[in-house]
Amino acid sequence: MPQEQEKKKATRRSGGGADEDAGEVKVSAKGEKLKEEMDEILDEIDSVLEENAEEFVKSYVQKGGQ
Amino acid sequence: MAIPKVVGTETEYGIVAVGSTEFNPVLSSSQLIATYAGSLRRIRWDYEQESPMRDARGFEPVQMREPPEEELGLANVILPNGARYYVDHAHPEYSTPECSTPRDLVVHDKAGERILERSLQELRRALPEGNRIAVYKNNSDGKGNSYGTHENYLVDRATPFAAIVRDLTPFFVSRQVFTGAGKLGAEAPWDERGSHRYQLTQRADFFEAEVGLETTLKRPIVNTRDEPHADPEKYRRLHVIVGDANLCEVATFLKVGTTALVLKMIEDDYLPDLSLVNPVAALHEISRDVSCIRQVPLTDGRRLSAVQLQWEYLERAKKYVEQEDPSAENEEVVERWESVLAALEDEPLSLHRELDWVAKYRLLEGYRARDGLDWSDPKLRLVDLQYHDVRRDRGLYHRLEASGEVERLVTDDQIDRAVMEPPEDTRAYFRGRCIERYPDAIAAASWDSIIFDTGQAALQRVPMREPLRGTRTHVESLLEQAADPAALVELLRS
Repeated sequence: MPQEQEKKKATRRSGGGADEDAGEVKVSAKGEKLKEEMDEILDEIDSVLEENAEEFVKSYVQKGGQ
Repeated sequence: MAIPKVVGTETEYGIVAVGSTEFNPVLSSSQLIATYAGSLRRIRWDYEQESPMRDARGFEPVQMREPPEEELGLANVILPNGARYYVDHAHPEYSTPECSTPRDLVVHDKAGERILERSLQELRRALPEGNRIAVYKNNSDGKGNSYGTHENYLVDRATPFAAIVRDLTPFFVSRQVFTGAGKLGAEAPWDERGSHRYQLTQRADFFEAEVGLETTLKRPIVNTRDEPHADPEKYRRLHVIVGDANLCEVATFLKVGTTALVLKMIEDDYLPDLSLVNPVAALHEISRDVSCIRQVPLTDGRRLSAVQLQWEYLERAKKYVEQEDPSAENEEVVERWESVLAALEDEPLSLHRELDWVAKYRLLEGYRARDGLDWSDPKLRLVDLQYHDVRRDRGLYHRLEASGEVERLVTDDQIDRAVMEPPEDTRAYFRGRCIERYPDAIAAASWDSIIFDTGQAALQRVPMREPLRGTRTHVESLLEQAADPAALVELLRS
């Protein structure tokens, strides 16, 4: 079962089969769009992230609770 | 027949001072809560001004420029929405009022976030320039310290606890695939790969036992605390400590909705034995597998993945809802459960609009790809932490939400209303309305009673041992008839 699932994923991710070229084109166009969307999200997040990440994260220490 | 699943969550929020070296988390938590409670009085004062027929004795506006004086005790208040807001260990904790549906619970769990956010805004005015307090709805500081988000479910006392343990343990171990809030790093001492690992859950690292009473060390997957806060002859309150704090509404909805349904099936003896060979090890392994395909051994000899285990529960639940307990609410839970499991099986990372661990993972991968960051980069740690910041203009979950990047199940209007209004169909309605109407006549309140000081020699205790009594239908007209708390107590007696 896990092997089957892995195979399914591998197939999906690499495209494959007779229409491989068309698949590649679609994937990359979609990939571009996803990358653009992600860049927009990261730009937004860059603008709100705390400064001095290392220091900030280091100072976040909690007493344990439940 | 299974009893209705009244539910509530209790969340210990992470708290830290920014810009100040002197910080006492216990006192700051107390101050945060007291300031919010003080601001409510101010709000109520204004409201009273508009209701000249009502008695406004005893209300005084709070001076917001000064931090509230620490009294002897730590802040511990019941809010007009029926919730409890208090200091637990070194954290501000918010316990939702009792809710009768998973959707209501989502609304009230979210209202808790808003209350923490408002508390911060109120407190900030009282702090010196440059200092502030930050609050996170998460469950770990990434340094080996954890604080909990607990769920509570009303359970039939007649159901043997052994049946609950048997059927709930594999469910809890496997539900991580949709309840996890995601965490960068590992905090279990035995984990050699340590910090360079992304996990589904904040909490799995902190669980070491299968069943037990502990909540702060050697935490068990099934907690045995027996404190029903209701008629102990009829009810248990199942106290669940193995979940994460969720920000995604879909994740909270599924966490509570599926667990409530599984508990109903346990009460009706509807589930097959899915016992795991080693539940604690399975909990840790599943949390460490972002592909969601790792299989764990069952005592019947099979090996199933978390998703496959969940399918076993879902298949039974579909039959159960169809044959035993058809309702729109149950159907919504089952439909959502099925669509999320199907997506987890096909491509877990497609669930970035629904699940916290995926939404956070996508952000981390985005940063890694764009900036070429190593998993050990502090910036990724910051993203992990700030995802949980309760401020809507700074918390990364909230920024995603504002950009339409996560799916909503409830509206901002519903959440804002739940900040002040109790659910109408549980005893939280009576509690909240009494707090709202008679704050100065209530000597004490708890989950299952209110003690009135009506000016007589003896205090008057009103028991509330039935979580589904004291609803709007039951008590609204009584509350309207009663001119004052003494009259209310009299009416309740008659």
